[in-house]
Amino acid sequence: MNEQKQHLLRALAKGVRYDGRALTEFRPLKVELDISRSAEGSTRVLLGETDLFVGVKLGIETPYPDTPEDGNFMVNAELRPMSNPEFEVGPPGNQAIELARVVDRGIREAHAIDTAKLCIKKGEKVWSVMVDVCTVNDDGNLLDASGIGAIIAIKNTFFPKLKEDNTVDYEEKTKNKLPLQKEPIPITVYKVGSYFIVDPLPVEEKLSDARLTAAITEEGIVCALQKGGESQLTTDDISKMLDISIDKAQEIRKKLKL
Amino acid sequence: MNGENSKMKTANALKVQDRDIVVPGELLCEGEGFVHGKNIYKKENKLFAGMLGMVRIEKDIVKIIPLSGKYMPKEEDRVIGKVIDVLMSGWRFEINSAYSAVLPLKEAGSDFIPKGADLTKYFDFDDYVVAQITNVTTQNLVDLTTRGPGLKKLRGGRVIQVNPTKVPRIIGKDASMVKLLKDSTGCDIQVGQNGLVWVSGDPEKEVIAINTIKKIEKEAHTQGLTENIDAFLKGGKK
Repeated sequence: MNEQKQHLLRALAKGVRYDGRALTEFRPLKVELDISRSAEGSTRVLLGETDLFVGVKLGIETPYPDTPEDGNFMVNAELRPMSNPEFEVGPPGNQAIELARVVDRGIREAHAIDTAKLCIKKGEKVWSVMVDVCTVNDDGNLLDASGIGAIIAIKNTFFPKLKEDNTVDYEEKTKNKLPLQKEPIPITVYKVGSYFIVDPLPVEEKLSDARLTAAITEEGIVCALQKGGESQLTTDDISKMLDISIDKAQEIRKKLKL
Repeated sequence: MNGENSKMKTANALKVQDRDIVVPGELLCEGEGFVHGKNIYKKENKLFAGMLGMVRIEKDIVKIIPLSGKYMPKEEDRVIGKVIDVLMSGWRFEINSAYSAVLPLKEAGSDFIPKGADLTKYFDFDDYVVAQITNVTTQNLVDLTTRGPGLKKLRGGRVIQVNPTKVPRIIGKDASMVKLLKDSTGCDIQVGQNGLVWVSGDPEKEVIAINTIKKIEKEAHTQGLTENIDAFLKGGKK
């Protein structure tokens, strides 16, 4: 492992990634909309060879007692065994839980969805937004791909028809979109040795020392963080990483015309 | 006369042509006239495809060349493996297959390894090794050896995965393709029959070598591949 890491560091010292990219360069990103008929909003994200689906389902639920006027928001991630030999069937593991929570935190802490507008009847009925991430192929950087997919799926979610008796008619979609206030994009910066890289390949993910995911709003405000990996980060490291995140988030926003 | 007749019969019994692409369960031929090779199964005098691939018919032998699929361990194959476990008397390797392989202590090299020695000194976790398969049992238990010319531990470098069925094209006739790659990029390259390729060299050159390998993999079925790749490498250098 050590020799392989030395090898990677030698390449990074020359400014060349394992697939020939620059250190802070993303792979081609492609987003397809409305891939699922039964979901209220859905996208497929292709980031290099990484491939995943995000679906948004809307339902009616009772609100939590402490927020009687706010809609519910949930993110769930499923790492399918077919997408990576290391993923197993069964209950979600650490990686799946972390992925779902990072996506959830980015959107929740940016107050991206105006949950107050999801209230149907105070304390009794609110819309609940359920986001599901489902991986098809893991070729690195599931964190960013899922986060980008989730916000685009939410942005393209239409309410189904609400019937007189406050039940949902899923067959009929209305033209009302989910009330969106912010569009946070998560960017994960990996630290390998003394180098900072974005959009890692699986081998780079494995050999990295630490990572920092930052959700960035359109104003360039950092609204959520997640640190991972075994080694520590200095304050200097963090400010450098955040600069890269903010820069990359705006670049991706422009590319996707968000 | 009689021979001609039987030839007619076998020709009629064939339901597919040479070089056809077939899917599992597809009827290939009827009657007793054919001998079947790998990836084909027989049911009531009929031969069916057991795999997605290209049919090859040579006289009365029908076989399927798979277009893709996981590596199946075969005796005498040189493979690239990764240490996934250190055992009491050897190492367990991941060989990009459904089955893992074991390297016993006495096959590990010319050095004498005393009893109770720290085996990670020789091969540690996540080390890559070029090894040869010595034996595959009917239960698919695989034995390896690292004693032999060119069999060794791979230091540094990086490993990529390719489709195992395309490995012969990456190696080329008499290893001509690998030689071409090595000469034009200056990288050290080891190709395992199991679809793992180890590359080590200058970072920029490594990227060229790997892009070329991916190109070979994609265009494996085309004519004049070596010339195309040669032109590609020369074009990429400018």
